[in-house]
Amino acid sequence: MSYIAKPKVSHPGMPKNKLGLTSRDYEGTVSTLCAGCGHDSVTAAIIQAVFELGIEPHMLAKMSGIGCSSKTPAYFVSQAHGFNSVHGRMPSVTTGANAANRDMKYIGVSGDGDSLSIGVGQFVHAIRRNLNMCYVIENNGVYGLTKGQFSASADIGSLPKKGLPNTQEPIDPASTALSLGATYIARSFSGDKEQLVPLLKGALMHRGFALVDIVSPCVTFNDHEGSTKSYAHTRQFYHHVADIDYIPPTEEIKASYDLGEAMPIKLHDGSTIILRKVDKEYDLTSRASAFKFLRERFNAGEITTGLLYLDESRVEMHELLGNVDTPLSQLPLEDLIPGAEELKKLQARYR
Amino acid sequence: MATVNDVVIKIATVNGTGSASANSLLMKSIFRMGIPVVGKNYFPSNIQGLPTWYEIRVTGDGYQSRSNRVDVMVAMNAQTYARDMADVKAGGWLIYDSTWPRGQQLDRDDITVIGIPFSRLCNENFDGARARILMKNIAYVGAVAALLGIDLDVITKLLEETFAAKAHLIESNMTAIQLGFDAARETISCPLPMSVAAMDETSGSIIMDGNTAAGLGCMYAGATVGAWYPITPSTSLMDAFRDFCLQYRIDPESGKRTYCIIQAEDELAAIGMVLGAAWNGARSFTPTSGPGISLMSEFIGYAYYAEIPTVIFNVQRTGPSTGMPTRTQQCDIISCAFASHGDTRHVLLFPADPGECFYMAVEAFDMAERLQTPVIVMSDLDIGMNDWMIPELEWDENYVPDRGKVLNAEQLEEMDKFYRYLDVDGDGIPYRSLPGVHPKGAYFTRGSGHTKFGAYTEDSAAYQEVIDRLLIKWETARTILPKPVIRFSKSNKAGIITIGSGDGACEEALNRLAKQDVNLNYCRIKAFPFSEEVSDFIRQHDVVYVVEQNRDAQLRTLLINDIEADQSKLVPLLHYDGMPITAGFVVDGVLLEIAKGQAA
Repeated sequence: MSYIAKPKVSHPGMPKNKLGLTSRDYEGTVSTLCAGCGHDSVTAAIIQAVFELGIEPHMLAKMSGIGCSSKTPAYFVSQAHGFNSVHGRMPSVTTGANAANRDMKYIGVSGDGDSLSIGVGQFVHAIRRNLNMCYVIENNGVYGLTKGQFSASADIGSLPKKGLPNTQEPIDPASTALSLGATYIARSFSGDKEQLVPLLKGALMHRGFALVDIVSPCVTFNDHEGSTKSYAHTRQFYHHVADIDYIPPTEEIKASYDLGEAMPIKLHDGSTIILRKVDKEYDLTSRASAFKFLRERFNAGEITTGLLYLDESRVEMHELLGNVDTPLSQLPLEDLIPGAEELKKLQARYR
Repeated sequence: MATVNDVVIKIATVNGTGSASANSLLMKSIFRMGIPVVGKNYFPSNIQGLPTWYEIRVTGDGYQSRSNRVDVMVAMNAQTYARDMADVKAGGWLIYDSTWPRGQQLDRDDITVIGIPFSRLCNENFDGARARILMKNIAYVGAVAALLGIDLDVITKLLEETFAAKAHLIESNMTAIQLGFDAARETISCPLPMSVAAMDETSGSIIMDGNTAAGLGCMYAGATVGAWYPITPSTSLMDAFRDFCLQYRIDPESGKRTYCIIQAEDELAAIGMVLGAAWNGARSFTPTSGPGISLMSEFIGYAYYAEIPTVIFNVQRTGPSTGMPTRTQQCDIISCAFASHGDTRHVLLFPADPGECFYMAVEAFDMAERLQTPVIVMSDLDIGMNDWMIPELEWDENYVPDRGKVLNAEQLEEMDKFYRYLDVDGDGIPYRSLPGVHPKGAYFTRGSGHTKFGAYTEDSAAYQEVIDRLLIKWETARTILPKPVIRFSKSNKAGIITIGSGDGACEEALNRLAKQDVNLNYCRIKAFPFSEEVSDFIRQHDVVYVVEQNRDAQLRTLLINDIEADQSKLVPLLHYDGMPITAGFVVDGVLLEIAKGQAA
């Protein structure tokens, strides 16, 4: 993990967001990942998404577990608190953090090892709670830091750099999330920033659990011929079904969309997602048909990308529990303590 | 010889038959007569069908521990009848349900056996199988009331309070009480020579279990986030917190909750949630037991190194592994003191009874936030799940929560630059910032090697500087944690050290030993790391009996390890069969050691 601060160089002409900040204000320290790592592209996309959304840096919490992907929160938004937790446990820490302060934005960056093996239990249960967070999986099919073992997302027949091909069924985060009732599910590719940035923006602004599964090739251990998570393979079998444009609440919808192909969806904060269906057969409001579609395309060897499922009707964890609107961490303790008289009174039943 | 207010009643029933409320009624009635009581529930890891016992010690002297004798046995479980009969002290009494014949071989001529046809009486007077089973239990309360001379008016009043909303239940319960009461009087001359008589020793006291008290303490500490995974014997702690929150933590305007309880998928997640919430500024906690501590250990080490206030209640049960989940021990002292890999050590608090569970719950949050580290409250099943008579809980209206060194937005704004792990005032405790307060407060929380500035490091000196500073914090903890209770008798060079639920047995043993002219000084430790007073106590004595409830003398090991206590002085007295320790065990142990010393 890096401790080298990036030099602060900014041009006067750099675009500013609604807070008057430039994208440089959303950067982190210098990445220590391998040159060409897909994760660095994802980091760049996150920086762009958060900058364009105009999120106050200190109102963002960057959460992660352990692994190459989990190092990346150090590489974006230095002015946001980060919590690099233990392996596979980012969801629980985020759940607790969110329980304490529901006003902040939570972005969790995880990997396929972190989320689909050691942390699969926490991944599953964060979805069940409809935890309000943007959950990014930088999915490369291998363990990078321990030098190239297969992860649980490796496809059957995918070849490792050395040794025998994978023979076990892969866990697909998107269809898993779909079966568990996640309310925003997207998949993208680290090499497609144009598609990825709006998907991340939508995920950050969605109220509820938003999964963004990103194929993010490992240049060192899984980018060779025969790997199904390489740049070349992903580019070849990449299949957009539904891209989105994200329109903030304050902005008018300017572009004209062909009604048959574009559908505006309002989010809770008043912003709009314009859904552009590339594949007209795809219905992202039905879990059953989305699941069927994903499985069929998967069997055909395709990597389905875009916004795969969206449900704005379900409420998130705090609303499910009926918690007050004020962040719990901001309630003055003295207001929470009933006092001496009440203590005396309540003990009557213990006599 | 007639004795008054010194009798032990044991009731043997079948789990799941509703005997808990009958036993509670019996114990509370005696308590309401102003007589101190000790209640112990010996229950199986089972919902229905296995044998269960409840023991009520009536102790006019106000002792706190169980006694290892049975004067009056209420043997309602045919399955355990033989061993229940064997348990009765010579000269004692046994009551059984004489509806069905007993085997001839089941008899003793040194006790008085009283047959009362509880089932037949209830079958004649109540309809429905469930009601008959429940009322049979209530009927034995009536019989015991007659045998011991418990005031029926007190029982009536208690029933009226309990069933205030269900008047028809008062009537049927009173019928059952009267059936048992009359049947006993027809069978034997009442009261027995061992009886109860009203006193005035319980005013100002309550009867409460430790988990309820700890849950109440969490509510009074202002805790807002509780995360947990169900595990015996800690589950009722979160149940209590929830119930108190439902009463006191609903915002009157919106009807919404000012607390958040999350039932986690496992203990790994429960502790992760506690860390996340604490990092984000909420007072948060998790109750668990030994197996949960094992699962939480990775995160406990993280909280130690990343310096996150963390409150854990460990309601200890018998180990190792699954052990005996419904039996008590103090067997997690070492595993909690050093939970996690690497060089870690953790603050422990040792409540001795439910009252201390309440006060120490509040203290745990203060200490965790002051010290920015995990604090584990080491309760146990005996304290947590049994009903104890304790002085009424009091609340200091001047209580100001100690939130520790937390920088607010103005302070951060004025700073040139904030660094998370700088020890600016020499107590080993750095300042922290909370997320969402100010961009200048931002830092990257990590369990990996970090410098005092909070940056990642693999530099030897920078790494070592931070873990050495944590030792300074440890020494600060030693000075601010609760001091031990120390009491000197008229002697001497021998003493007893104990912790937690060993207190009642030791206090009683000290009295009994003094009557035999064995005078011992007493030190009950309330916290780890051990304070200077504990070191002094050991130094001042030639022999110190270390009384604890585990096989491996874990407290003794910790004393040797933490304050380099002279191990040749520390004589272990170890009670670890899963039952709460008794005064008799301590007395016998001390006398045996003294005899050994004289023989040598």
